[in-house]
Amino acid sequence: DIISTVEFNHSGELLATGDKGGRVVIFQQEQENKTQTHSRGEYNVYSTFQSHEPEFDYLKSLEIEEKINKIRWLPQKNAAQFLLSTNDKTIKLWKISERDKRPEGYNLKEEDGRYRDPTTVTTLRVPVFRPMDLMVEASPRRIFANAHTYHINSISINSDYETYLSADDLRINLWHLEITDRSFNIVDIKPANMEELTEVITAAEFHPNSCNTFVYSSSKGTIRLCDMRASALCDRHSKLFEEPEDPSNRSFFSEIISSISDVKFSHSGRYMMTRDYLSVKIWDLNMENRPVETYQVHEYLRSKLCSLYENDCIFDKFECCWNGSDSVVMTGSYNNFFRMFDRNTKRDITLEASRENNKPRTVLKPRKVCASGKRKKDEISVDSLDFNKKILHTAWHPKENIIAVATTNNLYIFQDKVN
Amino acid sequence: MSAEIPEAASVEEQKEMEDKVTSPEKAEEAKLKARYPHLGQKPGGSDFLRKRLQKGQKYFDSGDYNMAKAKMKNKQLPTAAAPDKTEVTGDHIPTPQDLPQRKPSLVASKLAG
Repeated sequence: DIISTVEFNHSGELLATGDKGGRVVIFQQEQENKTQTHSRGEYNVYSTFQSHEPEFDYLKSLEIEEKINKIRWLPQKNAAQFLLSTNDKTIKLWKISERDKRPEGYNLKEEDGRYRDPTTVTTLRVPVFRPMDLMVEASPRRIFANAHTYHINSISINSDYETYLSADDLRINLWHLEITDRSFNIVDIKPANMEELTEVITAAEFHPNSCNTFVYSSSKGTIRLCDMRASALCDRHSKLFEEPEDPSNRSFFSEIISSISDVKFSHSGRYMMTRDYLSVKIWDLNMENRPVETYQVHEYLRSKLCSLYENDCIFDKFECCWNGSDSVVMTGSYNNFFRMFDRNTKRDITLEASRENNKPRTVLKPRKVCASGKRKKDEISVDSLDFNKKILHTAWHPKENIIAVATTNNLYIFQDKVN
Repeated sequence: MSAEIPEAASVEEQKEMEDKVTSPEKAEEAKLKARYPHLGQKPGGSDFLRKRLQKGQKYFDSGDYNMAKAKMKNKQLPTAAAPDKTEVTGDHIPTPQDLPQRKPSLVASKLAG
């Protein structure tokens, strides 16, 4: 099915994917084999479960898709793992636990579960736990529903590990992980008259260290940072991040391509990264008037905006991610290409996630797109790019150089060469 | 006096040409306006946004929704299909399974995704 979200857990041992059919598949990294020093453990399927089902909103006669929009892991507190998964309307807290022992030797039941005739029981014994084949169970522990009129685009767990936020197009709500019947509205940008609507919320995230701080991005290319200590309803931002635009460069497409599709804090908490249609920008939280770094993802598309508008590709929402040390950022593009930018060396690379062009366990070959003019050997011209092969979702292991890249239907896991 | 006006006009023409050459975005905008002359006359922002907020396939009512779901299920079980599905009218009374799939009246564009 079509993959709609990819997320590593805090240790990197588990990788969760969500798809359009409402399913969650979790992969687990194999324990490192002491003899196999040339590669890290492979990721194998650990658990699969149906998180959301399609629903029907009777009041509006609208179908509610079961597609999983986001998955976020909770930090591990005990033997079980917990994650939040959300579709357009409902957020669920799932518990994933292992069972590798089962009781045997009941007095009143046979091993297959049938009850024994009590008259045949002549002695008593204590049931003992015997090892069994590992079983991984997923069970929904909390269901957070009915708090969003519009479609949920983001969830983010607070650094206090007790609360989390959920954001839809016009509102952001604050929840407590234990409480499902109550939610606090902390941002509301719905205008009194919907005719006056000019922008929507596109993404939101809590700061990794300050539990009072969160940011949300808009369809107009701005990011607002809010402090929950300032007021209960954070309609007034504490900081507004916006890059000034040259009004003479403005075109019909300007606002559409400036819409931010993803916002991610750096692990350090000092920077945040935003993704708009053509670029990735790094912002220093201390400077609101412009980003400190801008990386062009596929600038050659600027001269194709007309056709990208006609085939709706201009509205594609690409995500972005940091590596564990915040030195490299990664994002996807078309033709199953994905791009990495090294912030220190200022070098960038384009790679392709495809089975036809890469044999397993071989080093990926860098790709290059030829914008115009003579195409060199091994380059691909802009016109032969496949715009149906888009990489919207990528994730980077929190500690190692292992990345997960999702094409439309497939998940690729790459790692850097270990000598 | 009259000699100044053609000069001003040619400066403007030059700027327009420069615009198209230096800004590929503006060239693309011109292309789009040529194909869709009525686009962008209302504030474009609210049109996009309203479509985005209303994402999701609309059905007439819950009965319509359940019928559509049932059709999807029938499609996935080809072995359970009726023997002759080509003749819809005339030969036998049509059943919901025989009717062609209803096209949604409001097609949600990708922007709402």
